[in-house]
Amino acid sequence: MTVNAEAIARPEDVTDPILHVDHVTLRFGGVTSLSDVSLQQQRGEILAVIGPNGAGKTSLFNSITGVYTPQEGSITFAPTGAHQVSVVGRKVHHVTKLGVARTFQNIRLFAALTAFENVKIGVESRQRTGPVGAMLRLPHMRREEREGDERATELLDFVGLRSRANELASSLPYGAQRRLEIARALGTQPQLLLLDEPAAGTNPVEKQELETLIRHINTEMGVSVLLIEHDMRLVMSVATRVVVLNFGKVIAQGLPSDVQRDPAVVEAYLGKAPDAHDAPEQGSES
Amino acid sequence: MCLTHNFWGFFVPGLANGFLYALIALGYTLVYGVLQLINFAHSEVFMSGGFAGLFTLNWLIGKHHPAGMSSVGYVVIGCVAGAVGGGVVAYLLERVAYRPLRRRHAPKLAFLISAIGASYFLLNLAGKEFGRDSRPIAQPFTQTQTDPLFKIFGTGVSLYYAVIAVVAIIMLVMLDRLVNKTRLGQGIRAVAQDADTAGLMGVDINRVIAQTFIVGGLLGGAAGFLYGLGPANVSYTMGFTPGLKAFTAAVLGGIGNIRGAMLGGLLLGIIENLSVACISPSWVDVVSFFILVLVLLVRPTGILGERLGRSA
Amino acid sequence: MSAIRDSEAIRPPQSAGGGRSAWQRLRRNNNARKLVACIIGALVAAVITGPSGSVSHPTAGFTGALFHPRVIVFLVLGVLLWLAMVGRETLSENIKTVTAPISMARTRWLGDPKVRYSLYAALLIFAIIYPRSLSSFWQGVLVDQIGVYVLLAIGLNVVVGFAGLLDLGYIAFYAIGAYSCAYWTGALPIKPVFHLNPFVSIVFAVAAAMIAGVILGAPTLRLRGDYLAIVTLGFGEIITIYANNLQSVTGGAGGTNVVPHLSVNLLGLKYHWKLDSLPYYYLLLVFVVAILVMFRALENSRVGRAWTAIREDEVAAEASGVNTFKYKLLAFAMGASTSGFAGVLFASKVQTLYPSSFALTESILILVLVIFGGMGSLPGAVLGAAVLQWLPQFLRGKINQADLFLYLGALLIIMMIFRPQGIWPSRRRARELAMAEAGLTEADAVSGPTAGEVQ
Ligand SMILES: Nc1ncnc2c1ncn2[C@@H]1O[C@H](COP(=O)(O)OP(=O)(O)O)[C@@H](O)[C@H]1O
Ligand SMILES: [Mg+2]
Repeated sequence: MTVNAEAIARPEDVTDPILHVDHVTLRFGGVTSLSDVSLQQQRGEILAVIGPNGAGKTSLFNSITGVYTPQEGSITFAPTGAHQVSVVGRKVHHVTKLGVARTFQNIRLFAALTAFENVKIGVESRQRTGPVGAMLRLPHMRREEREGDERATELLDFVGLRSRANELASSLPYGAQRRLEIARALGTQPQLLLLDEPAAGTNPVEKQELETLIRHINTEMGVSVLLIEHDMRLVMSVATRVVVLNFGKVIAQGLPSDVQRDPAVVEAYLGKAPDAHDAPEQGSES
Repeated sequence: MCLTHNFWGFFVPGLANGFLYALIALGYTLVYGVLQLINFAHSEVFMSGGFAGLFTLNWLIGKHHPAGMSSVGYVVIGCVAGAVGGGVVAYLLERVAYRPLRRRHAPKLAFLISAIGASYFLLNLAGKEFGRDSRPIAQPFTQTQTDPLFKIFGTGVSLYYAVIAVVAIIMLVMLDRLVNKTRLGQGIRAVAQDADTAGLMGVDINRVIAQTFIVGGLLGGAAGFLYGLGPANVSYTMGFTPGLKAFTAAVLGGIGNIRGAMLGGLLLGIIENLSVACISPSWVDVVSFFILVLVLLVRPTGILGERLGRSA
Repeated sequence: MSAIRDSEAIRPPQSAGGGRSAWQRLRRNNNARKLVACIIGALVAAVITGPSGSVSHPTAGFTGALFHPRVIVFLVLGVLLWLAMVGRETLSENIKTVTAPISMARTRWLGDPKVRYSLYAALLIFAIIYPRSLSSFWQGVLVDQIGVYVLLAIGLNVVVGFAGLLDLGYIAFYAIGAYSCAYWTGALPIKPVFHLNPFVSIVFAVAAAMIAGVILGAPTLRLRGDYLAIVTLGFGEIITIYANNLQSVTGGAGGTNVVPHLSVNLLGLKYHWKLDSLPYYYLLLVFVVAILVMFRALENSRVGRAWTAIREDEVAAEASGVNTFKYKLLAFAMGASTSGFAGVLFASKVQTLYPSSFALTESILILVLVIFGGMGSLPGAVLGAAVLQWLPQFLRGKINQADLFLYLGALLIIMMIFRPQGIWPSRRRARELAMAEAGLTEADAVSGPTAGEVQ
C-alpha cells in the first residue's frame, strides 16, 4: 500500500512523457528550494503537486517555465509530434511558445485591462502581426485581429466569463480572476498547463466550477495539467497521480489514495503522525 | 606605447580624480541601496557643495593669502561647508521630489522623471542666482597647486592632490564605520535588504531614507568643493560630467555596494586618466561612457556585485 | 520594488496623544502642513520669477525677490491655493456637479466615432487654414519650434508612454538623422558615396537612427530599465562630443555646409521647398497626421497590447508569450527612427547644422512635452508640444529665456506629484497610474522581469 519515492519512480509507468524533470536542484544563496527533484508527467495526465508551504512547489513551476534556472539537473518538455526540448535556461516567453502555460499563485492579471484584453494578449502570442502590418492595418493583420477576437470570446465563454468580457480584470471577484487567468493561459494554446493553487481563496461553489473546468481543459482541449493545490478534495477528485514535495524534496508519489495514506506524507503535514487517516485534509489548511 | 613614457605622471592625477568619483559614487550607491533608484539629481547635490564651499571661503578669506596652519583650517572649513551644502540640498531633494511620490506609491518611472526635473531645476536655479559664468574660488593655500609637494616614483604630487586624497580617505573611513558600526548604518542596511520587513521591525523607513540622502549629500558636497578647488572655480554646470562618471563608477564597482563604489571610483579615475596618455583630451569623456556600456554588457552586477544589505 | 513604498502604514502606532507637545500636534496637523507647503511654494515661485543674481552679488536674486513688495502677491496666491486645497472636499463636490455632465457628454460624444471623426476633421481644417493668416515670424515658430517638436514628442511618447521606458538621450537620434541627411546630400566635409535628394536620404537617415537605437538598446534593455535612462543620458552627451570633435567629418562646432532644401520631381510633380516656412509646415502636417494615424493603429494592435502588458506586469507578460525584450527594443528603435526622421526635416529646413542644436537639454525638453501632455496619449503629445513650445515664444521678452529650464524642471516635479497622467491623459494610462498607487500594477517597464521572487 505504502508508496515512497524510490518505489514509484518507475519510468516504465510513463510511456509517453510530456514533461520530464530530472534530478533538479535550485538554490538561492543559502536556501535550497529544490533538491534533486525528479518527476515525469504522462501526456494527457492531470498530475498534482502537493506539499506544505515553502516546500518548493512554486519554485518547481518557475523552473519549468524558465523564470528560474536550476543549478543542476534537466527539465525537458515534449510537444506532440516533436522532439523533446530542454527548457532550462530558456526565456519564459519561449517556453510559453513551446506550449507550456501557467497561472500564478498570487493572481497576476493585467489589472488595468479588461477581461477580454487579458485573454487576447495570451491569444496573440500565437499571432504574427508585426509593427508594420499593425500600423498600416494590412488585410492579413485585420484578419488575424478578427480571429483573435473570436478566439478570446470563445475562451471567455469556456471559463464562464463571457458576460463580463468588458469589465476590468481587477474589478472581477476573486474566483473569476482565477478563471480569467486560466483563460489567458489557454489563449497561448498550451499542451501543458501549470495551475498554481487555483482554488486558493475561492468559495465552495467556485471550487466545484473549477473542478469541472479543469476536467474540461483536460478532456475537451486535450491539455495535460500540472496542478499545485492544497485542497485535498479537489486533488483527490481530479488528479490521476500525485507528487509530494517537502523541503524541496520529493517524498512520495503515486495514486492519490495511496499517497494520502503514506506516513511520510502525513508526517510532512503534521510534523508527527498520530493518525494517518485524515492528514492531507488537515494539510489543506496549511 | 603611450603609457610607458610617463605612467605615474598620469596615474597620480587619475587617482586623485578617482577619489572624487568615489565620494560622488557613494551618493548614487547609497540611495540606490535603499530605493533601487538612480538619483539623477545627485550631480546637482555635488554642484551645490561646490557653491557652498566657494561662498564660505570667499567670505572668510577675502583678499588674504593664507598659509600654514590657517590653510589647513580653510580647507577643513571649505569641506565642511561643501558637505553641509550638499547634505541640505540632498535632504530637500528627498522631501520635495521623492517623498510625495513614495507616499502615493508612484511607479518607478515617475521617480526617475521627478529626479530629472529636480536636477534641471537646481541646475538652472544656481545659474540664475549665481550667474552663468564660472565663479572663481578663493584659494585656501598660497602654494601654487601644480608645485610638487613630494615625489613618488619620480612624479611630483601637488598639494591639491594630497588634499583630495587625505580628505577622501578620512571621509571614506568615516562612512565605512558609519554604515557598519552605528544604528543609522544598521537602519540603512536593513532598509536596503528588505524595506517592508525593516518597516515591520519598527525601523522608520522615511527617516532612514532621508538620512541616507543626507549622508550621500555630505560626501558629494565635500567632493564638489574639492573638485572646484582644482581649477579654482565653480559653475552651475559643473555637476553633470562628474555625476555621469561617478554613476559609471558605481556601476563598475557594483551598484548598491559601498566598497564597490569606492573601488569603482578609483579605478575609473585611473583608467580615464591613463587613457589621456593615449588619446586626445577632448575625447576623455567618451572613455567612461564606453566603460559603462562595456560593464553592462560583460558584468552588469559590477566587480564586487550589487548588494548593500548583506555586507557593506 | 517594495523599498519605495512609504512606511506610514506600517509604522508602529504612536503612544496615546497625552505626551505630545503642541509643536508635534501642529506637525501632524495636515492642514498646517499644507499651509507651510503652500507658503514655501509661493516663496520659491517668487524667487524663480524674480530678478537674477550675478557673479558678484550671489544673494541679490534672493533678496530682490523676497524683500520686495511683489512677494506679498505670491504669499496671497499661496494662501489662496491653500484655502482651495483645504476646502477641496466641498469645492470638489461643487466642481463635480458642474463638470460631471460635461465629462459624461465628453465620453458619450467622443465615444461616438462619427462625432470624433468630425471633430478631428474640423481640427485638421483649422490646422490647414489658420497658419495662412499668421505673420512670417509665427509661421517660422510653427515649423521650427512647434511642428518639429510635435513630431519628436510623438516619437518619444512611444518609448515613455507606450513602453514605459525612460530615454534621456532622445535628441541624439535626431542628430544622427540630421547629420545623415547632411551626409547624403553632400553637406558634410566628408563626401558621400553618391549624392541623394533629401527626400531619398530620409530612408537612410531613419535607418541610421534606428540602427543606432538598436545598438544602444540591445545591451541595455536586457537589464533593469533604469539603466536605459543613464546610458541614453551618456549617449546624448557623447553624440555632441563626436559632432564637435570629428571636425573632418561633421564640420565640428563651425557647422556643416549647406544642406539643400527638400524637392520633389516625380511623375510630372515638381516642387521645391524654399526658405518660406509655410510649405514646410504643410509637409510636416502631412507627416504628423500620417504618423498619428499609424501610431494610433499600432496602439490598438497586438503590438500596443504587448506594450501595455509589459508596463503592467513583465512577469505575467512573459508568461503570456510576450517577448518583453523584443518589444522594448522595438519601442526604443521606433522612437529613435521617428527622432531621426524629424532630424532630416530639421536639417533641410535650417540647412546648417551645429552640434549645439543637439544639446542634452533638448532631450529633456521633449521629455517635458510628453509628460506634460500625458504619457501614452497621442493627442496629449501633440497638445503638450504645441502648448509648451508656443508659450515661451508668446512670453518672449517678458521672462528671461535662459530660465526656461528652471520652469520646465519645476513643471516635471509638479506633474509627477499632482498629475502624472498629464493634461490630456490616455484613459488606459491614467487607469494604470491610479492602479499602480493601489499596488495592483506597475505602470512602467523600469523594474525588469526578474526583480525578486516570483509567486
Ligand atoms: N527568488 C527567490 N529568492 C530567494 N528565495 C526564494 C526565491 N524563490 C523561492 N525562494 C525560496 O524557496 C523556498 C520555496 O518557496 P516556494 O517554491 O514558493 O514554496 P511553495 O510554493 O511550495 O510554498 C522558500 O523558502 C522561498 O523563500
Ligand atoms: Mg507557492
